Amino acid sequence: MARQTRTTGQALGHGLLWLWTVAALVFLVAPILVIVPLSFNAGAFLSFPMPGLSLRWYAELWQTDVWWRSLVNSLIVGTGATLIAVVLGTAAAVGLAMARFPGKDALMAVLISPLIVPLVIVAAGSYFFFIPLGLTGSLLGLALVHAALGAPFVLITVGATLVGFDRNLVRAGASLGAAPLEVFLRVTMPLIAPGMISGGLFAFITSFDELVVAMFLTGPGQRTLPRQMFDGIRENMSPTILAVATILIVISILLLTTVELLRRRSLRLRGIRE
Amino acid sequence: MARAMTDGGHPAPASTMMTAEGVPLKVSLRRAERRRRLTAFLLAVPVLVFILVTFVVPIADMALNSVRNPEIATHLPETAAALQEWDGEGVPGEPVFAALAKDLAAAAEARTSGLVGARLNYEISGMRSTIQRAARRADRLEAPFREAFIELDDIWGDPVTWRVIKRESHPYTPSFFLAALDRTYDDEGNIVKVASNQEIYVPLFMRTLWISLAITALTLLLGFPIAYLMAHLPMRTGNLLMILVLLPFWTSLLVRTTSWIVLLQQQGVINDILVWVGVIGDDGRLTMVHNLNGTIVAMTHILLPFMVLPLYSVMRTIPPVYMRAARSLGANQWTAFWRVYVPQTTPGIGAGGVLVFILAVGYYITPALVGGQSGQMISNYIAYHMQRSLNWGLAAALGTILLAGVVALYYLYNKIIGVDRLKLG
Repeated sequence: MARQTRTTGQALGHGLLWLWTVAALVFLVAPILVIVPLSFNAGAFLSFPMPGLSLRWYAELWQTDVWWRSLVNSLIVGTGATLIAVVLGTAAAVGLAMARFPGKDALMAVLISPLIVPLVIVAAGSYFFFIPLGLTGSLLGLALVHAALGAPFVLITVGATLVGFDRNLVRAGASLGAAPLEVFLRVTMPLIAPGMISGGLFAFITSFDELVVAMFLTGPGQRTLPRQMFDGIRENMSPTILAVATILIVISILLLTTVELLRRRSLRLRGIRE
Repeated sequence: MARAMTDGGHPAPASTMMTAEGVPLKVSLRRAERRRRLTAFLLAVPVLVFILVTFVVPIADMALNSVRNPEIATHLPETAAALQEWDGEGVPGEPVFAALAKDLAAAAEARTSGLVGARLNYEISGMRSTIQRAARRADRLEAPFREAFIELDDIWGDPVTWRVIKRESHPYTPSFFLAALDRTYDDEGNIVKVASNQEIYVPLFMRTLWISLAITALTLLLGFPIAYLMAHLPMRTGNLLMILVLLPFWTSLLVRTTSWIVLLQQQGVINDILVWVGVIGDDGRLTMVHNLNGTIVAMTHILLPFMVLPLYSVMRTIPPVYMRAARSLGANQWTAFWRVYVPQTTPGIGAGGVLVFILAVGYYITPALVGGQSGQMISNYIAYHMQRSLNWGLAAALGTILLAGVVALYYLYNKIIGVDRLKLG
């Protein structure tokens, strides 16, 4: 068989593809990385060259009460929303994987819909609905809406770990005399735990990053971190914002690594090879 | 066997298998199946109820706000009733004016005249102060009320005013939807387009659509080669690329928007570099953010992973044999790629495209921060009417139109691709 020869045109095409892809990757990643060094700027402006390195913006952040308060609020809402989303989402995922029943597809479509409805509409809806219930201006109301936004993630990730789940394990547990709940806790849960944790992390980050609903449902007393950041970007874009952003990037890297490790572990547990 | 099942009361033939309790195996199995289906459904009920209560019902309720019109019917009840008799010609007679005086006096007492004024002000500008003035003096007016009101303000002698009040005295109205579509009533009550210099929302919907389409096209253009390399490079490099795609996916939306402001603003990184290199002078700095450009660039960046991931999952399953077959049949690299490979990626292009488009049309935060005036989208105006102008009916109508579009696309997505195939990372 003759060896494939490349024409100049093909080599050029190949080179262009590579160039384009590299450009696309730079576009994807560079903007995120560019703000990390700038957060250590000794000067007060947001560009290069930097007059020197310093931690002054982190120190300022550390000493500012409003940032701490908003962080605490975000953590409270995020934790509450995640707990609700994980419990309800896992139950539903297990149920949906168990059997086919009429209307299952429609049910699934409703349960996933919080992922695609524009947040402004969610925010407007919950605002009108929560006023008479006294749930506006409270962290509880925000946590409830965030739980609804996070539950689909848990449903999807737990659903994914249940693909290829060996039902004989459950039957074995039951035949050995375990009650359904015990079977779930001691057989099913260890196997789907990676999906529960990654779904939980998705739900948490969704709540931790959510701003639109927070703007409508909370007052000055329940300012969350994204809300605080939004005002900072709008009114006075200082390197302090970049310090917050850098911390958030580090948190995302940690979460991303955790989820990726969990996914691989789950595949290994189920004996699926990529 | 199937016949044995339909026999009902007759004892099962001897050939049918029985469980230990003496129930035919098939019946017992069916019972178990039914129980399993019920349990499965019951497990999904809590989350269904939760999402209905915190999500679906509030949104449905909001959508109803776009046609609710309680102000006049509730706060000017006698006027509304008296106007039912009126034929819409000329100025109404004394009974209507007497009813209005009574209603307004009561409304002033209950402090609800402001609501009536605000509602009528959407239809006729200036009505807010007219109603307030009339309400303040309503209990001191004396018969004949018709002359008294007209003396107070000429507008009460205009048949158009009364036609509007009569029209809006129904508890439901299409007015907000008409306003959301740049339509209005003329003096005779016909639905007409507003003057072309007052069109706001139809052009805004069109702008939102084409911004979203442009972003979808850009993410496809940038995402296709990335997904291609991820799917066809050796495992290690592919995984590295995957991490580069997932990092922005996990990074806060506000962080990514901040980055683009830092990069693109006039005293920002890119302008500084261009000035330093000498491409532009210090006074010729480019305006790249706080306008339409800012919205498109930042949103393309934010939504790119949503295009790459579905493309990648489709491309990974395309066997290389088809390309080889095409090459062996004489196609050159380009023809084989374009006519054999690309058509096989259409499910991924469809899934990614619909997903990016659906997410893009509803964006609010990014356009608000980097869009300036020309980069605002429909969500920004919904938020504006919710929070600033407080015209909740119009906000609800705009929101309902947006929601209807998104739901229609979601339905298509579900029909064609299926939500259960949605994967995360």
